[in-house]
Amino acid sequence: MRRERGLLRDGLVLVGLVAYALPFFWQALTSLKPEAELMVLPPLLPSRLTGEHYRVVLERSVMVRAMVNSLGVGAITTALALTLGLGAAYAFARRTVPGKRFLLLLIVAGTAFPQIATVSPLYLLMRALELRDTWLGLILANASFALPLVIWLLAGFLSEVPVQLEEAAAVDGAGRLRTFWWVILPLMAPGIASAALLTFLFSWNEFLFAYTFTATEASRTVPVALALFPGVFEVPWGDIAAASMLASLPPLVLVIGLQRFLLRGLLAGALRE
Amino acid sequence: MKPLAARGAGLVLVAPALAVLAAVTAFPALWVIWLSFQRRIPIFGIEQFEGLRNYAFLATDPRFWSAARVTLIFTVISVGLELVLGLLVALALAGQRRGLRVGIALLLLAWALPAVVTAKLFEWLYNPAAGLVNYLLGGAQLNWLGDPTLALPGLILADVWRTMPFVALLCLARLRGIPAELYEAARVDGAGPVATLLRITLPLCRQILLIAVLFRTLDALRAFDLMFILTGGGPAGTTETLTVYAYRSLFQTLHLGLGSAIGVVVFALVMLVAWGYLRALGREGIAA
Repeated sequence: MRRERGLLRDGLVLVGLVAYALPFFWQALTSLKPEAELMVLPPLLPSRLTGEHYRVVLERSVMVRAMVNSLGVGAITTALALTLGLGAAYAFARRTVPGKRFLLLLIVAGTAFPQIATVSPLYLLMRALELRDTWLGLILANASFALPLVIWLLAGFLSEVPVQLEEAAAVDGAGRLRTFWWVILPLMAPGIASAALLTFLFSWNEFLFAYTFTATEASRTVPVALALFPGVFEVPWGDIAAASMLASLPPLVLVIGLQRFLLRGLLAGALRE
Repeated sequence: MKPLAARGAGLVLVAPALAVLAAVTAFPALWVIWLSFQRRIPIFGIEQFEGLRNYAFLATDPRFWSAARVTLIFTVISVGLELVLGLLVALALAGQRRGLRVGIALLLLAWALPAVVTAKLFEWLYNPAAGLVNYLLGGAQLNWLGDPTLALPGLILADVWRTMPFVALLCLARLRGIPAELYEAARVDGAGPVATLLRITLPLCRQILLIAVLFRTLDALRAFDLMFILTGGGPAGTTETLTVYAYRSLFQTLHLGLGSAIGVVVFALVMLVAWGYLRALGREGIAA
């Protein structure tokens, strides 16, 4: 009896959460609806499903190119932030850095800087360095939020790795670099994965910088392409829905397949005082 | 252990990251203040120092004050709703035995989508002719994003949808950390569910809620993508936040100086709120 009530309760909560995600499912359904049935409601369900909108988006829009741009910019941003961030995090956690407290405070404060305030100087900087409409420009701009995030997360994860392990490795004759590579890095792998996933996600979702610093499909990312999705005489709702689904792919993968890492990063970022 | 020149090595490791951050964060943050003191219209080659004139203009600019008002309303109501809903969802999920992973995935989905996608989702839901919202309201003919009284609530709803999960997951993490013995002890002492909630659960969530409020307030003040795409600040400026006004000035009317001044105002607002909260959190920390 009690058990059944528990099951019922769990089921109801899940139904509620499915309903919560309805805006997304509705868009997914819209992306599969035949063109003629889009602007008619009711009926809720289409008479048949079609891949026509996806065909249009994949063959005749800049979406594929935008996905390549987003993927490239996101991956390189993540790699750059991890490479530079790992060294910095290690130094902050394990070595003496002059002015450490002040620098850390500055890095944390940096995460609160509004993009709308830094976008105009960065725009002038990109123009001066001729980095407008390039991957490199976006990667550098994204580093402004990616680096503080990575340093913050990794310094936290590092502090959970016992110092004794490094000392033991040193006693065994391993140098600093070898200890870092063979002892610390493997232990931090889950933390690094979390930081990488969050960085990639934020980079994939970033809009203001990408919208401002890009001009053509050479560097336009997915959110920009979606925002500028062309409609000639009327809004192509079905095509937009299909493009939205494509733009949602990485978040979906993270949420379904790599939830543990995503949660770990998300919570660690917020909970560490 | 190899003495790698202890002090120097630390600095060498930090230096590359700091150099990049200096270029893309610290330097722009200072430069924008300098820009805000200028009259700067790039396409006409205009670039002159004019002190506080942009700020003086903003002080009597009705559009600025309207944007400030919209930003404030948006922030207070969004964050308030997210907090209440987030806590409720966390309480519901805290006792979940089966399907917790699926439940969290459904929640995280809304949080992880790009804001531009969320904007497109809601634009379609709010469609006056074929939108699901009007259909669910029994065939209402409401023009959600075109009506000055409905656009801001519509925008806030979309924002709450995408950010409430963050609050819920923070609270859930806290709730699952509360030892079962505490609840057991409360039950033995004869406390009912309401008393347990008010005396044990909520006080223990106080700190995490404060942290959630800090993060969410900062994000709401800075928010741009969602309103820029969903309503573009319209209709009649009823959803134009400071960020949208700043962007329009910067890149649409091309008054780089004025736009920067609005950016600086947002900047100051965010820093002020962060400082205030951190002080409050500090006091909490000492009290706890």
